[in-house]
Amino acid sequence: MINSIPLLTILALLPLVGALVLLLLKGNTGKLVGLGFALTTTILGVVAFVLSLGGPLVENVPWIRAIGANYALELDGLSGVLVLLTVILVPVVMIAEWNVDETPAARWTGRTYFSLALMMQTFALYVFMAGDLLLFYIVFEATLIPMYFLIGGWGGAKRSAAAMKFLLVSLAGGLVMLVGVAGVYAVGAQQGQVSFLLSDLQQIDFGGAVGNWLFVAFFFAFALKAPLVGLHTWLPDAAEQARAGTSTLLVGVLDKIGAFGMIKVCLMVFPEASRWATPVILVWAIVSMIYGALMAFGTKDLLRFVSYTSISHFGFMVFGIFAMTTQSLTGSIFYMLAHGFSSAALFLVIGFLVHRRGTAEISAFGGVQKVAPVLAGFLLIAGLATLSLPGLANFVSEFLVMAGAWQRYPIHTAVITIGMVLAAVYVLSMYRRTMTGPVTSQTAEHITEDLTTRERAAVVPLLVLLLVFGFYPSPILDVVDDAATGVMSVVGVQDPAPQIEEGN
Amino acid sequence: MSTILEITAPTLEWLQLSPLLVLLGAGAVGVLVEAFVPRTARYAVQVFIAGLAVVAALGLTINNWVAGETGIAAMGSVVTDGPTYVFWTMLLVFGLGGVALFAERGVGGGQSAFAASAATVPGSPLEREAERLKREHTEVFPLLVFALFGMLLFVASNDLLILFVALEILSLPLYLLSGMARRRRLLSQEAALKYFLLGAFASGFFLFGAALLYGYSGSFELGAIADAITEGTSSNLLLLAGMVLLAVGLLFKIGAVPFHAWTPDVYVGAPTPVTGFMAIATKTAAVGALLRIFYVALGAARWDWQPLLTGVAIATMLVGSVVALVQTDVKRLLAYSSIAHAGFILVGAVGVVAAAEDVSLNSVGSIAFYLLAYGFATLGAFAIVTMVRRSGGEANHLNAWRGLGRSHPVVATVMTLFLLSFAGIPPTAGFVGKLAVFAAAWAGGYGWLVFLAVVFSLVAAFLYLKIVVAMWFQDPVEGETAEVATPSLWTWCVLVVAALATIVLGILPGGLLELFNGAAEFIR
Repeated sequence: MINSIPLLTILALLPLVGALVLLLLKGNTGKLVGLGFALTTTILGVVAFVLSLGGPLVENVPWIRAIGANYALELDGLSGVLVLLTVILVPVVMIAEWNVDETPAARWTGRTYFSLALMMQTFALYVFMAGDLLLFYIVFEATLIPMYFLIGGWGGAKRSAAAMKFLLVSLAGGLVMLVGVAGVYAVGAQQGQVSFLLSDLQQIDFGGAVGNWLFVAFFFAFALKAPLVGLHTWLPDAAEQARAGTSTLLVGVLDKIGAFGMIKVCLMVFPEASRWATPVILVWAIVSMIYGALMAFGTKDLLRFVSYTSISHFGFMVFGIFAMTTQSLTGSIFYMLAHGFSSAALFLVIGFLVHRRGTAEISAFGGVQKVAPVLAGFLLIAGLATLSLPGLANFVSEFLVMAGAWQRYPIHTAVITIGMVLAAVYVLSMYRRTMTGPVTSQTAEHITEDLTTRERAAVVPLLVLLLVFGFYPSPILDVVDDAATGVMSVVGVQDPAPQIEEGN
Repeated sequence: MSTILEITAPTLEWLQLSPLLVLLGAGAVGVLVEAFVPRTARYAVQVFIAGLAVVAALGLTINNWVAGETGIAAMGSVVTDGPTYVFWTMLLVFGLGGVALFAERGVGGGQSAFAASAATVPGSPLEREAERLKREHTEVFPLLVFALFGMLLFVASNDLLILFVALEILSLPLYLLSGMARRRRLLSQEAALKYFLLGAFASGFFLFGAALLYGYSGSFELGAIADAITEGTSSNLLLLAGMVLLAVGLLFKIGAVPFHAWTPDVYVGAPTPVTGFMAIATKTAAVGALLRIFYVALGAARWDWQPLLTGVAIATMLVGSVVALVQTDVKRLLAYSSIAHAGFILVGAVGVVAAAEDVSLNSVGSIAFYLLAYGFATLGAFAIVTMVRRSGGEANHLNAWRGLGRSHPVVATVMTLFLLSFAGIPPTAGFVGKLAVFAAAWAGGYGWLVFLAVVFSLVAAFLYLKIVVAMWFQDPVEGETAEVATPSLWTWCVLVVAALATIVLGILPGGLLELFNGAAEFIR
C-alpha cells in the first residue's frame, strides 16, 4: 500500500515530540500539553487502526545496508490491537497520576513523569509496529530507559533497588536477545541473504540446532518481559515500589511486548523451533499460572497482589499462544487487550487506595466500601474482570483460549481450570479482607474521601471498555481472528479437525 | 667491485605518505618553537601548529582515500590500503579531540592539566616557584603530534622493523605525557615509570618475536612472511614462538589480559586529557596493527593463533568486567572498562570474516566501527571527568559524582549517554558497534564466544550503571560534593561532537558501516 503521508512514523514520533516539548515548559501548563499530546496520539492511533482494517499499513526505508536493516513499520491486526492498548493507557495513566509531583520524595517534577511516559509510549509504539528485527530489538531495549527512570524516580523507599533490578534483569534478557539477533544475521549471511526484515526472515530456513538455540535466546528475553515463573521476581518488586501509574504502563504495555514478541518473532520466524519447544513451554506456562494465583492469594501487599495476578494471566496468554490453534491464539491476543485494561483498572484503583492509606498492606484496610463506596465498586468491577466474569472482556479471551486449546491439549486445559478457580478465590478474598466488614479504625482515620472526579475520569473509560468488549467483542474479535489466522498460516500448523460423531 | 658501495636512492611516494610527513614536520617544528618563541606566546603557537597539522593530515588522508592512492610505498615499508585509511582517519579525529583536551585551561582556573614544571621535585620550592610564575609545559603538543605520527605509521607498516620503530615512536611520548599531571604528581610519575618499564619489556618481546619470524621466513615484510607460511618449509616452532612474542607486544598496548596490569594505574595517574587520548588512540593503533599482522602476515596460520586470541579475549572480558565491579574511582572504572572493551574487540578479531564483494559485515570493518563508537564515548567521558572537580582538583571518587543529575542535569545527561554507549544500549553508537562485532564473530563461526561476550557485556553494563545510579539516584555525601567547572570552548567542542556522534552513529550508522566494511581489504 502506497502511502504518501508516513502516518505510522508520525504516530510513533508524536509522543516523543511531546516529551521534548514538555521539558521546555513549566508546571501545570506542561502537564496539560503532555496530556494534549497523549490524547492526540490516541486519536491518531485509533485513526491508524481503522485505516489498517482495509489492509495493513506499511512503511519501509532502507536503513543500514551493511547488515540488511530496514526502517520498516507495519500496522496489521495484531499490532493494531496493541497500538490501541498503548494509546489508550498512556492518557489514562496521566490523568490518574496528575498529582504525582505532590507525592513524598518525588525525585523530579510531574512534568518529567509525563515526559518519560510519552517517551516510553514512542518506543512501545515502535516495538508493536516494527517490521524489522533490528529495529524491533533497538526499540525493545530503548523502552527500558524511560521505564527505569519512571520506577526509580517516583514511589516507595526502595524504588532505586527495584529500578536497578528491573533494568539489570531486562538488560540480561535484551543482551541474550542480542545473541539471537547476531545469530539471525549470521545464519542469513551464510544462506546468502542479509536482511533483518521480518518478512524476509520468515523465508529463511532456521531448521536444526542453531534455529532451536536462536529460538531459546528470543524466548528467554520475552519470557522475562511477560514474566513466566522463575524469571518473574523483578515484577513484584517493581510493582511494589513504583507508582501505580508506572506499574500500569509496565504491566499493561511493556510486558505485553513479551507476549507480542513470542507471536511476532518466536512463532513466525522460528516455527519449527516453536513446535520443538511447545511441550516444555506449555507446562511452564501452566505452572506459571498456578504459581501466580497461589502467590496472589498469599501475598500481604496489594500492589504485589496485582503483579502476581498478572504473572498468572501471562501464563494463560503464553499457554494460548503455544497451544497453536487459531482460536486459542485469538483468545491470547484479545487477552492482551483485555488484561491491559483490567490490570490497569486494578492497579489504578489500588493506587488511589494506597495513596489515601499510606501503605499497601492488606491488613491495614477493612470496611472501605462503607467509607468509599465508589472506590470499592470500581475495585469490584476491576476484580471481577480479573477473575474473568462473563460479561467482561477477560471472559471472552479466557473462553477462546480454553476452547481452542481443548481440541489439542485436553489434559493441560483441565489443569488450567484450576487456575481459573483460584482466580476467583484470590480476587474475592482480597475484596473481602479490604472492603467488607466493619470499618476499622485505621480505615476511618485515613480514608476520608471517596474517589475524586479526576480519579473517576481515569478509571471509568477502562471499566467501560471492559464492559463493551465483554458484551460486544465481535468488531475487535474479527480483526484479531484475521490476525491469528495469518499467524497460523505462517507457522504452518493446521487446527485440529473438529471431531463430529457419525450419524449426528 | 663498485657494486658493494652502490646505494640506491630511496623512492618515496610523497603524496601517499604526506599525512605522515605533515605530522612529523609539525612535531619537529613544535620542538623548535619551544626553543625560539617567547614563553608567553608558546601556548597559542603550539595549539595552532598541532591543530593545523592534525587537520591538514586529516584533509590529506581523506583526499588520498577519495583519490584511491593505494599501494605499497616507501620501498615496501609502508602500505596505504583501505584499512590504513580507515584507521588513519579515526586516529586523526581522535588526535584532534586530544589536542582540544590538551588545550583546555578553563576547568583548572586558567591552568592546563599538566605540571608547571615536570622536572621539579614534587613539593619542592622549585615547584612552588614554577607554579608562582605560571609556567607550563607546551611541549605536550609536539609530544602528542609525535605520538600520533607513530600511531599512523604503526597501522600502515608493511614491515616488522618499521612496526617496531613506530611502536617506539608512539610509546615514548606517551610515557612522558603520563608523568606530567599537575595534581598528585607522585602518583603520575609512578604511573609513568610503570608504564615505561612494562612497555619496554613488551617492546623487547615484540622485537624478539620479529627476530624469530625473520629466522622463520628470511624477511621482515608481512607479505613475505605470509608466503613462507604457505610454503611451510621452515620450523613451526620458530613461527609459533615468534607469533606469540609479537602478540605479547601488541596485546600489551591494547591492554588485554594478562598484559593489562599497567592500565588501571596509568589511567588514574596520567593527566586526564592524556588518559582520554591514550585510551582510545593507542588502542585504535594497536588493534589496527594487530589486525594487519595477524590477518596479512599470519593469516595462513590462523588455526594456530585463533585459540590464542580466543583465550585472551575471554580472559580480558572476564577481568575487565568483573574486577571493575568493585572499583570506586571513576577513572579506574573507565580503565577496567577499557580492558573489557579490548576483550570485545578481540572477539570480533578471532572470527576472520574476510571482506566480500557485497555490503555485508566483515571483521575489520566491524572492529573499526566499534573503535569509532568507543572512541567518541571515551573522549567525551574523559572530558567530563576533567570537569567534575572539588577544591581545585578532579574529584574522581564515585561519591563525589552523587547527585550530579540534580545539580548539573545537562552534564549528567551527556555522561549517561556516553555510559550507555559503553554498555552497548541502543540507540547509541556503542550498540551498533557491539552488534557488528558480534555478528561478524558469529559469521566467522564463533557463536559460542558471542554468547560469552554477551554475558560479560551484562556484567560490564552493571559497572556503568553504577555511575548512572550515583549521578541520578543517590543523594550527595556531605563534604564530598563535586562542582562542575565551566570549561572553555575546547572541551565543549569535544563534548558536543562526541555526544552528537554517539547519537547519530547509533541511529544512522549505515553510511559509515558500509564505508568501513567496503574498505576492509588489506593489500600485501
